[in-house]
Amino acid sequence: MSASQMVDQPLEGHFETVVAAEQRIEPRDWMPDAYRATLVRQIAQHAHSEIIGMQPEGNWLTRAPSLRRKAILLAKAQDEAGHGLYLYAAAETLGVDRAELTEKLVSGRQKYSSIFNYPTLTFADVGVIGWLVDGAAICNQVPLCRCSYGPYARAMVRICKEESFHQRQGYELLMTLMRGTDAQRRMVQDAVDRWWWPSLMMFGPPDDDSPNTAQSMAWRIKRHTNDELRQRFVDMTVPQAQHLGVTLPDPALNWNEDRGSWDFGEPDWSELKQVIKGQGPCNAQRVERRRAAHEDGAWVREAAVAYAAKRRAEGDLAAGGSAADEHAADEPKGKDEPKEKGTGR
Amino acid sequence: MTGTKADWPLYEVFVRPRRGLNHVHVGSLHASDDRMALLAARDLYTRRNEGVSLWVVRSDAITASAPDEQDPFFAPSGDKVYRHPTFYDIPEDVPHI
Repeated sequence: MSASQMVDQPLEGHFETVVAAEQRIEPRDWMPDAYRATLVRQIAQHAHSEIIGMQPEGNWLTRAPSLRRKAILLAKAQDEAGHGLYLYAAAETLGVDRAELTEKLVSGRQKYSSIFNYPTLTFADVGVIGWLVDGAAICNQVPLCRCSYGPYARAMVRICKEESFHQRQGYELLMTLMRGTDAQRRMVQDAVDRWWWPSLMMFGPPDDDSPNTAQSMAWRIKRHTNDELRQRFVDMTVPQAQHLGVTLPDPALNWNEDRGSWDFGEPDWSELKQVIKGQGPCNAQRVERRRAAHEDGAWVREAAVAYAAKRRAEGDLAAGGSAADEHAADEPKGKDEPKEKGTGR
Repeated sequence: MTGTKADWPLYEVFVRPRRGLNHVHVGSLHASDDRMALLAARDLYTRRNEGVSLWVVRSDAITASAPDEQDPFFAPSGDKVYRHPTFYDIPEDVPHI
């Protein structure tokens, strides 16, 4: 046993006790290095997915068929940006820096969800993304609201509240198309055919090929295995597809009375591996778009910093509407024996 | 590539959900100055009428106790059970107390 391991032992015991008691680990608590690293990887990947996830639907913002659909789509894209920010903030509590994470995304060193590497060919894709992709995301994310790491769990609570709108607007969009012409119905079916399998792949590789799952479940970061969540998603979605009047493109789809669940076919895991490796239809385009947006926006960030510096130099510290007066009336000012600077959130 | 951490300080965001309630911490964000922090907080944390008032405060302006909940800092309140109403035995038939 190394010296550092000996030092860590009581701390590790405390960490294990807190996790086992279903309490939350907070930023300034001691945590195993591997727990921290796993969370940074997962939260960053999640944040990147929200940010990159704006692009496939963003393609349709200027071509939405009505002002109503356009306003909805804009609100949804804005939510995704917000979700990315909640998650970057959660990642930062673990000691990483958002700029560094962005750099890792645009240089391809960190991943995002494979699903966003598929193109959105028709407006029906917008509906199917809301219904299937956001539906799968909800399946994945609801258990994360009980993740052992406090800031991540809290971010997920906020995100899940907002995702429900995303899924419902998508389903409603598809219902509207299904009430339309034959061509519109064909458009929906075509979108379902293209998005069904990639949606199932969103839950990750099958359990026997998912080496990190056991440790993540022991740490209570993850609550269910990939295959469990995939099954849950299929069981939720099949009746919705029936109600909509579309066919899910899986001949093996069959109700299993004994299991009380739907049997379904095996996704093409080699396709998932290819997309993750960067060989998907849109990988290069998505990352390039993100990089360009970041670089094109640099002057705005620089201007904001220059403006703040100028205001500081002018001695005008109260740049915004100050809450100071209200604060003084509301809150006890004195805090006994301050111990440490910074909250670590 | 321009960073954000070095240039833009971190702010903590507090929202008062409606009149009569305290401001509650909801999260954090980076912003170039106080006013931008307030605008970003509005866009980020009150997109669905979550609040009627917002505070933003620079994280480095907050003084905090130590992270450990076993901290002796909180010991003075641990052994004063007489501060709780249940410490006192009052006969069942005494009304309204």
